[in-house]
Amino acid sequence: MGLRVLAAMSGGVDSAVAAARIAEAGHDVTGVHLALSANPQSHRTGARGCCTIEDSRDARRAADVIGIPFYIWDMAERFQRDVVADFVSEYAAGRTPNPCLRCNEKIKFSAVLDRALALGFDAVATGHHAQLADGVLSRSVDPGKDQSYVLGVLTREQLSHAIFPLGHSTKAEVREEAARRGLTVADKPDSHDICFIADGDTRGFLAQRLGAAEGPIVDQSGEVVGSHQGAHGFTVGQRKGLRIDRPAADGRPRYVLSIEPVSNTVTVGPRSALEVTSITCGRPVWNGPSRFDDLTVQLRAHGEVYGCRFEEVGGGLRIDLDRPATGVAAGQAAVLYSGATVIGSATIVSAAQA
Amino acid sequence: MLPEAIEAMTEQLKRVGNASSLHAAGRQVRRVVEESRETIADALGARPSEVVFTSGGTEADNLAIKGLYWARRPRQRVLISSVEHHAALDPAQWLADSQGAEVELLPVDADGRVHPDTLRAAIDRDPDGVAMISVMWANNEVGTIQPVPELAAVAHEHGIPFHTDAVQAVGQVPVSFAASGADALTLTGHKIGGPLGVGALLLVRGMTPVSVQHGGGQERDVRSGTLDAPAIAGFAAAVSTAVKDQASLSARLTALRDELIQRVREAVPDVVLNGDPVDRLPGNAHFSFPGCEGDALLMLLDAKGVECSTGSACSAGVAQPSHVLLAMGAEPAAARGSLRFSLGHTSTRDDIDRLIEVLPAAVERARRAGLS
Repeated sequence: MGLRVLAAMSGGVDSAVAAARIAEAGHDVTGVHLALSANPQSHRTGARGCCTIEDSRDARRAADVIGIPFYIWDMAERFQRDVVADFVSEYAAGRTPNPCLRCNEKIKFSAVLDRALALGFDAVATGHHAQLADGVLSRSVDPGKDQSYVLGVLTREQLSHAIFPLGHSTKAEVREEAARRGLTVADKPDSHDICFIADGDTRGFLAQRLGAAEGPIVDQSGEVVGSHQGAHGFTVGQRKGLRIDRPAADGRPRYVLSIEPVSNTVTVGPRSALEVTSITCGRPVWNGPSRFDDLTVQLRAHGEVYGCRFEEVGGGLRIDLDRPATGVAAGQAAVLYSGATVIGSATIVSAAQA
Repeated sequence: MLPEAIEAMTEQLKRVGNASSLHAAGRQVRRVVEESRETIADALGARPSEVVFTSGGTEADNLAIKGLYWARRPRQRVLISSVEHHAALDPAQWLADSQGAEVELLPVDADGRVHPDTLRAAIDRDPDGVAMISVMWANNEVGTIQPVPELAAVAHEHGIPFHTDAVQAVGQVPVSFAASGADALTLTGHKIGGPLGVGALLLVRGMTPVSVQHGGGQERDVRSGTLDAPAIAGFAAAVSTAVKDQASLSARLTALRDELIQRVREAVPDVVLNGDPVDRLPGNAHFSFPGCEGDALLMLLDAKGVECSTGSACSAGVAQPSHVLLAMGAEPAAARGSLRFSLGHTSTRDDIDRLIEVLPAAVERARRAGLS
């Protein structure tokens, strides 16, 4: 007896092939496109992969080819509240959120999963590139496309109702399979940008919502070296767009070291000052095996991995890296791996040089 | 499609010719078109010259509403019921947005009916300024039948053209163009077992809307475009059959529908029937299920082989509360928790048995899933 599976279909190639595979495996599959914007645009612009009417039509077309029922669920209100508003308030607090991760945590595997379970479904399937075996998450075989990082925040309970049919395939194989199955989205470009920022201008998007407020850019000694139009326009590790007229004394490029939202101050310094080895995290989630070796941590999407040790401190974690990392921003997730297997995750609160 | 319509249409598909051509083939096709026109006129209490073929209901509504508005300028007022189909509401809205029309949505009562007094009061605010009036014959969502003859009579007290969209009514209730007093009436093929993509606007003589599309003027110089003779032949056969069978179909569907309503009420005691309980389309049963979202219920029923529909859907497919239910005074949450069950030629008591078998569990489940 197959499972009753809800396949979340964005209109992209990955989720279409994922739905096709589980339907072919004999499960009772229903395709659902999540409408995440109350006023969707008609057509895609830039590298967005969802959220337009054109994308919902692509999803419907794929469902028709696969031969499964298809519905659109209006998740705009929840998405606005739990992802978009959260994204803005996180920036306002000087942190750097990952909205895709938040969407998985709060929308796809929370609001959608809860509703699906209530309606009698057993699981939610998505086109994420990650492997899931016996409830344990691990990296995709395609290292360039691996999305285990943005799923690392899911709890065991959430993972127990998830299906990721693409984890053992490369993106190239998925595209080839889509073409073979007659799915017209086979050639659809990958999405890269944040789906709810149509033009890709994150700083403009935040400025519109948080307003412009001029503040100082200071160096590590506290000396004012420039000004900015709002601390929320910056992220730790950023080098471009600082618009500082005077070069640094040593002539080397300067990077954002920290953001202080209350005083609206951005601190800059040399790359060496960005290097951290000790990271403090909150909100730990343990979703993998409790026995592990070869421990590593990933500190941002598609970021490098670092050998590490961790220690539970109070309700949080302290992670010590075995070599320095740069551009570690509060608000991002630290996802812990044993080899390719996800052990758990936590949210970065602060980072320091040991 | 009705077998009669398929037969009439396929017979014509074998022929070539343009009804506007003078050669023999053209004459032959023209004969088919004109006989179809006569058939439709005869079935609906109209004269053949009053039948203007269109590509369907939407085109007929656009022609009536925009065309009569333009023909009656400088009058600016368009009075239209608040429960119209989008094919009528949207042309009116477009006239308001870009043509300077003053569109007034006529309110309805809790059953979705426009009262003649409501129309009279609206007209009386400035009778000379009213360009045209449009009120549908029967509502596509909740099934309520409008008092068209009374409304047309009120319009005529001031000599104002009255249009009615009768897409849902033909073949379901008796429709006579002459007896209704309407000046323009929309019907379409696919709602009565005819082909898709063909319909007509019945237009009294002397009523000349300004054309929406321009060209050869094939239909009374009001509507241009080469006539689709095979579709028209199928359409005429469908109208003829549907009108001939209307009384018996209506009697059968009314009994079946009343049974459906009664059994749904028994199965889900707090269900609310929308629309007029008696004066409604025979095949229509429309309910609000408190605490459910219509979309969720539809999905659960569909998975069990019961097909029904929610109200209207916007182009992105996201469920919006039905404007019809909102106009009837429903709360948005109740409007979203509504479903329409339509009965037709092929419906039987077995279908109702099946629905009642799966409905209580589906409602309970949809309630648990809550309104999202």
